[in-house]
Amino acid sequence: MSVNENIIVGKVYVLEDNIDTDLIIPAKYLNLVPTIPEEYRKLGSYALAGLPDEFPPFVKEGSETTEYAIIVAGSNFGCGSSREHAPISLGAAGAKAVVAQSYARIYFRNCMATGELYPLESADRLCDKFETGQEARISIPDEIIENKTTGKSYSLRPPGEVVPVIQAGGLFGYARESGMIPSRK
Amino acid sequence: MSMTITEKIIARAAGRDSVSPGDNVWVDVDILLTHDVCGPGTIGVFKREFGSDAKVWDREKVVIIPDHYIYTADKKAHRNVDTLREFVKEQGLPYYYDPGTDTYRGVCHLALPQEGHVRPGEIIFGTDSHTCSHGALGAFATGIGNTDAGFIMGTGKLLIKVPQTVRIVLDGTKPDYVMAKDMILRVIGDIGVDGANYCAMEFTGEAVAALSIDERMTICNMAIEAGGKNGIIAPDEKTIEYVKSRTSKPFEPVYGDEDARFMKTIEYDVSTFEPCVAEPHLPSNYATAKERSDVRIDRAYIGSCTGGKITDFIEAAKIMKGRKVAVDTFLVPATCEIAEELIKETIDGESLIEIFAEAGCLDVAPPSCAACLGGPEDTFGHAHGSEVIISTTNRNFIGRMGSKKASIYLAGPQTVAASAVTGKITDPRDV
Ligand code: SF4
Repeated sequence: MSVNENIIVGKVYVLEDNIDTDLIIPAKYLNLVPTIPEEYRKLGSYALAGLPDEFPPFVKEGSETTEYAIIVAGSNFGCGSSREHAPISLGAAGAKAVVAQSYARIYFRNCMATGELYPLESADRLCDKFETGQEARISIPDEIIENKTTGKSYSLRPPGEVVPVIQAGGLFGYARESGMIPSRK
Repeated sequence: MSMTITEKIIARAAGRDSVSPGDNVWVDVDILLTHDVCGPGTIGVFKREFGSDAKVWDREKVVIIPDHYIYTADKKAHRNVDTLREFVKEQGLPYYYDPGTDTYRGVCHLALPQEGHVRPGEIIFGTDSHTCSHGALGAFATGIGNTDAGFIMGTGKLLIKVPQTVRIVLDGTKPDYVMAKDMILRVIGDIGVDGANYCAMEFTGEAVAALSIDERMTICNMAIEAGGKNGIIAPDEKTIEYVKSRTSKPFEPVYGDEDARFMKTIEYDVSTFEPCVAEPHLPSNYATAKERSDVRIDRAYIGSCTGGKITDFIEAAKIMKGRKVAVDTFLVPATCEIAEELIKETIDGESLIEIFAEAGCLDVAPPSCAACLGGPEDTFGHAHGSEVIISTTNRNFIGRMGSKKASIYLAGPQTVAASAVTGKITDPRDV
């Protein structure tokens, strides 16, 4: 999947700091190959399956997609492995954006490369301002996320190149649009 | 303009006189490394984007080293290796190290330099975050995802941002009971798991110069555990000698300028360093081994690209020799070459493999990533319950070795061996 919406509305799933790639997609599922459609969907069903059992399931048992369109987290989201399976599993599950204070470099790059979901940065530590299950609305042009349950809004850091790359469908779409590599025959 | 070693390597690969941190530049890639976990997806991206009959940009520069899920009955894992085999055949790739044959090598980050694919001054991308290891030989090396790797396969280029450099100066003389692992865990403990996010980590100083190539690899391997884009150590005589012993290909080392600018410099005197651990569940949870001497362990694990090198096994064997282990002790040499050295290398006439057997360790496993990242359920050393594990690997995230309930303490080989002997976390000076 890839995202091209400017407005994202949906339920929020809240996490804290240092959400690593083993939590996002445990290694036992890395035998799945993301470019095989059936296995792509399977990866979605295992998104965030590495979280300790106290957490509510991000994807309900028996489902392939999540009810949460937005993940709100603290700092250093996506640290650890270069497994592209991480942003892919979140995107395949139907998540559209993560809003975190900061990202680990490779995860951030993989979000852009795949165009799976927006890695948005907040100025404030928003995982303290949201609760799992609350409704939120993100406006990319306005650089804002609103907690619709509490009515409070918070600003996002200017996303810069993230938006055109993700809206082009990722690295390849963007590279073709901008002439870095030839268009498909 | 003065530049750091990282900036200079990138500038050269970008065909520019100079670059500055923050510049986005296209670089020509010298080596693209992939393995069984990310290779099939990379190939999938490459074919989807460049066409089913596309050819890789340069057959000599794509190196495929399956290592993650090798000794398992998992059907998909086998299918994935088959995908690599087919691709290698179709593309005529000369550098493929096939499981089940005598070309198999083991863990990619040690096989890559052993096979001569890491050369100072070059640009290496790999579909694995620990690709940063190769900075130990003075290369710019970093991890990327499948999509970036698919892009490189087709074009031989990648657009990257020039990182700022954090310089870590390790001066002083390292005591015998301190190893490179203790040094890097200390640094990560101080700066945190995102302390060098997006940055190059350049390691320098007397203590780095005194380290063997094996030990330098341990340091650069864990740069990613502080968020680093790459870890790097300027080449010296040891580097050149090592590389020349592994390849006859020419290379041109790059050195930073004296007056290069660093984002920050952190200085240490390693003579004050202590054997240490990183407590669950982050590599930055530093504590000295002594401070945690009350923690009982269920298992000890020596292996991986970080801690499964011959130096690691020699140091562990020195401690285990003539002693018995008190807990299940798993030994996984990272590569076939290291596995052979376990037989050849001796201490007072006894081979390492004999020392480990007499100490009561489990039979040495064949080389692969094994339980460093958990893997399929039937993986050697895979945790299934709430085990407390002390390990020479590089990550202690929740679930990393296979069970969400397990607790992983990271440590150097001496501390792991000492702990295996006593059954609790133990400073190697205390056995
Ligand atoms: S040994 Fe561990 S850290 Fe190294 S490449 Fe294999 S799984 Fe990754």
